[in-house]
Amino acid sequence: MKRHLNSTIPGKLSLFIALLAITFAVNSCTPNDPYRAEDAGKNIYYSTFAEPPTHLDPARAYSANEYRLLAQIYEPPVQYHYLKRPYELIPLSAAEVPAPKYYGKDGRELLGDATPQLVHRAVYDIKIKKGVFYQDHPAFAKDNSGRQLYRGITDNELKNIKIPRDFPEKATKELTSDDFIYQIQRLADPGLHCPILPILNKYILGLDDFSKALDKDLKNIRAARKKRIGSTYNQVADEKADPIILDYSRHALPGIEKIDDYTFRITLKRKYPQFIYWLAMPFFSPMPKEAITFYSQGPLKKKNITINRFPIGTGAFRMDNYEPQREITLVKNENFRGEPYPSIGEENDAAKGLLADAGKSMPFIERAVYKLEKEAIPRWNKFLQGYFDLSGIGSDSFDQAIKMGSAGGVNLSEELAEKDIKLITSIQPSTYYTGFNMLDDTVGGYTKEKQKLRQAISIIINFEEFIEIFANGRGMAAMGPIPEGIFGKLEGRAGMNTVTHRWDDKKNIAVRRSVEEAKKLLAEAGYPNGLDKDGRPLIITFDNAWTGASSSPMINWFIKRFKLIGIQLENRTTDYNRFQEKINKGNFQFFFLGWNADYPDPENFFFLLAGENAKVKTGGANGANYENPEFDRLFKIMENMESTPKRLEIINKMTRILQEDAPWVWGYSPLSFSLAQGWVGNIKPNSMANNTLKYMKVDTFKRAELRKKWNAPVLWPIAAAAVLLILVAIPAIIIIKKKASNGGRG
Amino acid sequence: MPVILATDIIIYLVFLVIIAGIVLARNGDGYLSQIWQHLKKNKLAMACMIILVLYGLVALGDSIRWRDKIEPAPNATVASSKTTIYSANAHSLLDRALSGLRAKDEKTFSAPLATKLFVKETLEITAADGTVKTVREHPPLKHPGSHLLGTDKVGGDVLMAALKGVRTGVVIGTGTTIIIIPFAILFGVFAGYFGGWVDDLIQYIYTTLSSIPGILLIVSFMLIFGSEGYQGGVIKESDLWFGLFVPSDRLFWLCVIMGITSWTDLCRLIRGETLKLRELEYVQAAKAFGVSNIKTILRHIIPNLMHLVLITFILQFSGLVLAEAVLSYIGIGVGPEMGSWGNMINTARMELSREPVVWWSLVGAFIFIFGLVLPANIFGDAIRDALDPKLRLGRK
Amino acid sequence: MFTYITRRLLYAIPILIGVNLLTTLLFFYVNTPDDMARTMLGEKNLTPEIVENWKKDHGYDKPLFINTKEDGLSKVTQTIFFQKSAPLLWLDFGSSDRNNVDIAEEIRGRMWASMAIAIPTFIIGIATFLTFSMLLAYARGTYLDIWGVTLCVVMMSVSALFYIIGGQFFFGKMLKLFPISGYDTGLHAAKFVILPVLIGVIGSIGGSVRFYRTVFLEELGKDYIRTARAKGLAERTVLFKHALKNAMIPILTNVVVSIPFLFYGSLIMESFFAIPGLGSFTIDAIGSQDFAIVRAMVYLGSLLYIAGLILTDISYTLADPRIRLE
Repeated sequence: MKRHLNSTIPGKLSLFIALLAITFAVNSCTPNDPYRAEDAGKNIYYSTFAEPPTHLDPARAYSANEYRLLAQIYEPPVQYHYLKRPYELIPLSAAEVPAPKYYGKDGRELLGDATPQLVHRAVYDIKIKKGVFYQDHPAFAKDNSGRQLYRGITDNELKNIKIPRDFPEKATKELTSDDFIYQIQRLADPGLHCPILPILNKYILGLDDFSKALDKDLKNIRAARKKRIGSTYNQVADEKADPIILDYSRHALPGIEKIDDYTFRITLKRKYPQFIYWLAMPFFSPMPKEAITFYSQGPLKKKNITINRFPIGTGAFRMDNYEPQREITLVKNENFRGEPYPSIGEENDAAKGLLADAGKSMPFIERAVYKLEKEAIPRWNKFLQGYFDLSGIGSDSFDQAIKMGSAGGVNLSEELAEKDIKLITSIQPSTYYTGFNMLDDTVGGYTKEKQKLRQAISIIINFEEFIEIFANGRGMAAMGPIPEGIFGKLEGRAGMNTVTHRWDDKKNIAVRRSVEEAKKLLAEAGYPNGLDKDGRPLIITFDNAWTGASSSPMINWFIKRFKLIGIQLENRTTDYNRFQEKINKGNFQFFFLGWNADYPDPENFFFLLAGENAKVKTGGANGANYENPEFDRLFKIMENMESTPKRLEIINKMTRILQEDAPWVWGYSPLSFSLAQGWVGNIKPNSMANNTLKYMKVDTFKRAELRKKWNAPVLWPIAAAAVLLILVAIPAIIIIKKKASNGGRG
Repeated sequence: MPVILATDIIIYLVFLVIIAGIVLARNGDGYLSQIWQHLKKNKLAMACMIILVLYGLVALGDSIRWRDKIEPAPNATVASSKTTIYSANAHSLLDRALSGLRAKDEKTFSAPLATKLFVKETLEITAADGTVKTVREHPPLKHPGSHLLGTDKVGGDVLMAALKGVRTGVVIGTGTTIIIIPFAILFGVFAGYFGGWVDDLIQYIYTTLSSIPGILLIVSFMLIFGSEGYQGGVIKESDLWFGLFVPSDRLFWLCVIMGITSWTDLCRLIRGETLKLRELEYVQAAKAFGVSNIKTILRHIIPNLMHLVLITFILQFSGLVLAEAVLSYIGIGVGPEMGSWGNMINTARMELSREPVVWWSLVGAFIFIFGLVLPANIFGDAIRDALDPKLRLGRK
Repeated sequence: MFTYITRRLLYAIPILIGVNLLTTLLFFYVNTPDDMARTMLGEKNLTPEIVENWKKDHGYDKPLFINTKEDGLSKVTQTIFFQKSAPLLWLDFGSSDRNNVDIAEEIRGRMWASMAIAIPTFIIGIATFLTFSMLLAYARGTYLDIWGVTLCVVMMSVSALFYIIGGQFFFGKMLKLFPISGYDTGLHAAKFVILPVLIGVIGSIGGSVRFYRTVFLEELGKDYIRTARAKGLAERTVLFKHALKNAMIPILTNVVVSIPFLFYGSLIMESFFAIPGLGSFTIDAIGSQDFAIVRAMVYLGSLLYIAGLILTDISYTLADPRIRLE
């Protein structure tokens, strides 16, 4: 027993050391390498995702974290040019960028710049590329009689199958116009909840009726099933075991026509020049019917093998492994037709080495591994250790990464520059704003007093300071709803919001108006020193769903700013649902939101303030419930115009109205900074294109070398700790021995 | 005009109980004074007690609050100037005592006792020859050298934030147990004393409740009751009862649900003890003499359970204080305007990847939590030793 | 024994029904189906029809307990409770609200990662705690005991979050000994497991060692030990042979209850280390308000708790044959 006691601590220690030794042996000299040894030196691109994508079905997906995977796999008709600025659309699966033809009420063709009111039909003929093949997939496998092989599959057959790659038989298929038509029909499927269906219903001829007819079909099928099964009918369970596939061919959809195998036609009810941008989004990518018949099988659903997880596309990559709780892997699509790297770019792209691969066949990367990293700190640290190739910079890592130059330009800090890390900046087509509820008795309304109240608040919410503190200078304070880089955004003095800013002639910049001016406006609004005419303090409620810890400084900042002119800000943090409910019912005063543009056009921002989209009235996107007849009139005109000087004139008028009414405090448009390791090539920020993986290149030699250099383990503290432990153990052992010889009575 | 939050009542109650305890311990030679005699010999425990009392006083100071009167505006109508109008902020004694500290805010981070801001900004420096140069430098602080623990992201004093966290910590630690004690005693005694179907029913209730994972129960409960509760900051007239009482207080709901998830242990203990007590001779005798059940329970059972309650109260305290930090991590802690160490840790966590590291918020929160939990643990041990004669022997 | 277990299992049924009813009330009261639809669909271009459609497709368009629009048995079956909560009773976990993932399949896929962390933490933890606590109990009254207990109290006064944050920072970032976070399948998991296990054990060493020490001391204060000592048995023999054996009951009570939960994982630890287990599954579900998953996990938790209670009772009979389960 004595031996037992003595050996306890060293025993544990040796176990620990043995474990360490095993780790070192496995990883040669970088024990913190999170990847397998067999992957070392391979042409793999490593990145992260913070939140698992929810839908990879192109009819459903509508968020950035879904698009960055989806866009590598599915190919919509057109794409954004990787290098050229301003953004330009070029063909992807289409043979050419479709140009609309306009027809009047009498059926005669009109010129391209016809006024929207005259246009009765807008017709897009879309020609697709020939000889494009899908990735190999079990859905395309056929039996001898030419029927889909894996149809009517049973649980038993799926025993050893976890993902589609495990199926023994796979085949491919050529892309045809049917696949595009099928996908557009799917957008109207009531079971899929396509998020842009309400928008498309407004434009595509007959889509609304088609969707309603499908809805009826679905109801009928469900009613029939319920009748058959009786009281134990459980719709969700039933449709999981036996999914419903609606027959789209039963109903007419005049807006979509097949011309031939490689051409189809989309007809719009009115002129809508922005439609072409939708054709660059995954909603319009081709979907083979085989994919749906394959995936709509109960046993597969039960194993979570669904179209939401395993897309089937024609793109440069295909889904290899999908474990959203850990990692997602894409590999090169062996059937990819091979697209040449662009040979024209912006002026200095050649100097930056962005044209070195011009004309070479893409993609350059064999495999892309996306690791789940929810916490910002581990993500950043692993990037610094060289285990991720690309990283966004969290606000808190900013100072380590970036140094502002004396002229306001940005440079990398010496430490990172030494590591040969590259800085990529780009302007995001999005805006963050705080809005007032225009229906509210206190902050809403259109009288002069109410305008002044909102203007006063607009002045004191100093977004320049907000950007400094919370975004580390990565953003531009907004002057109106249109962010940087979008048509209609004016620079310099012309674009300044005269309500909140004044022009400093000496420095030639816009300067925010002073707190005194805000106080004056507030007094004129009927609240001198933040007290109403009875002397009651003015309290404004700030509703938000910021339950995360990192947002509490932001709330405190808002409270601090409001206090400057004597307004009491009452913070109401609730969960997201309660917050949404309040916005929907118009039961709030003040909120903070962001908007990410679907396409680079001012219409996609102004519609957030159009009366026809007022939240309470119509359930639309206008959360501020702003309704100004003059603004709405101008919006109707501007909405479907091409970007001409005349349009700019109207936009300026609309912006002036908004600035005066101040339904939003124009927040800021974020600037995205990200860092790329020195071994990643062909990187150019592009905030519209999502299918950027195919352009990227990785220098694996350099990566392996630098990783080794950066990750030499530090071992002496372990040795020191071991020594310390032994030093502590000696007196302990002495005490125990003494005790033992004492016979236990200490 | 005083304002009383639901959680303030907890603090007042704790102080009342402590004062009552002290009075009882000093006069008379009962149970409490025996413990006191025993404790007095333990110097370490006494030192810890003093620290705990200090924390308690800070919490008390932060629980006595009132709204100031606003002088009627000069242009006010006659009718309205008659009714007195109060400010929307109810500052506590602590707020008022430290108003200097609160007013001294900076723009953003600064290290403890620093004279310059932690981050660099683009500054314009006018050189001797009149030319204006822009440089990237640390701008000087508005109140250099006055922030003992530095400032946080929006320039608030960290020491102030940590002091505001004291009340939250103490409320969670004490309130949770205080709220559940009556229920635990009631259910525990009933189950143990009456047995039969009462016992079955009560056992059923607590087994069901304790079989639901606590954290999930807390989350869903807080989503229902907590989100509309008062979270600190501005007080609206509509929140108030009779102009002075705030019944729906997020922190209070947090105590309630933490209580619901932790009451079963105490309840089970009390039930077991009651089973034993029920069989004692004098209880049986009381029964035989026809003393009513309620009287028996009140006179003979409950007084003999109080040591269990006291031990549970003290032992649970530190665990509950620590739990608050974890709850904030999941996002169901108290609001950002009600200071809390959990929120501090959570925000500070994000700053660890800065270079150089922003360590002071984290260290500030660490010191304050540690400073409360460590004495609480030591003091709790001492009390338990004092109560448990068997262990007292074992110690020797 | 067999009848005992059957009876305990039968007792479990009303408890599980109670849990089920409680969670149904809790979740559908907090979160009306409309709320759920809105959260799941996101805020862009949302119309009331889309919300209705979503509810219908996910089976949330029905009343909670009684459907007056239906006849006969359908009055009860065509309800949210019957279709969403009741199937849990026969272990049908259904699909998640957000992306229709089969929850049972997901649980099967994730439990290994949870166990990869929890089981080593548990075993190494128990071994460490018992060793140290017996050491302290053996050396009671000496400096070793005093300093050991002090250290325990100090260690248990530190928030768990500090252990995790500090551990990642020190071992992962400064020393570069382990990957900071992440997970891999199979044997490749080893290097990811060490750090969380280490932190898990260190984090609970203070409280546990102190607890077990008290258990041992209590045992050592009992009469039979005094008799044994009086008989002249060596202290070692007294401690390891008699005290340990009799201390098994309180130790088992503490330990066995937590065995089924090994499968459930640790919420916070998994979340920090990006371990794809059931703990992070639950935390994510709370974050994204996917109540189908939360309901399933609550139910699973209660099931495991009850299993733990039964296991504890059985282990008593194994530890001490004198105990009979009637």
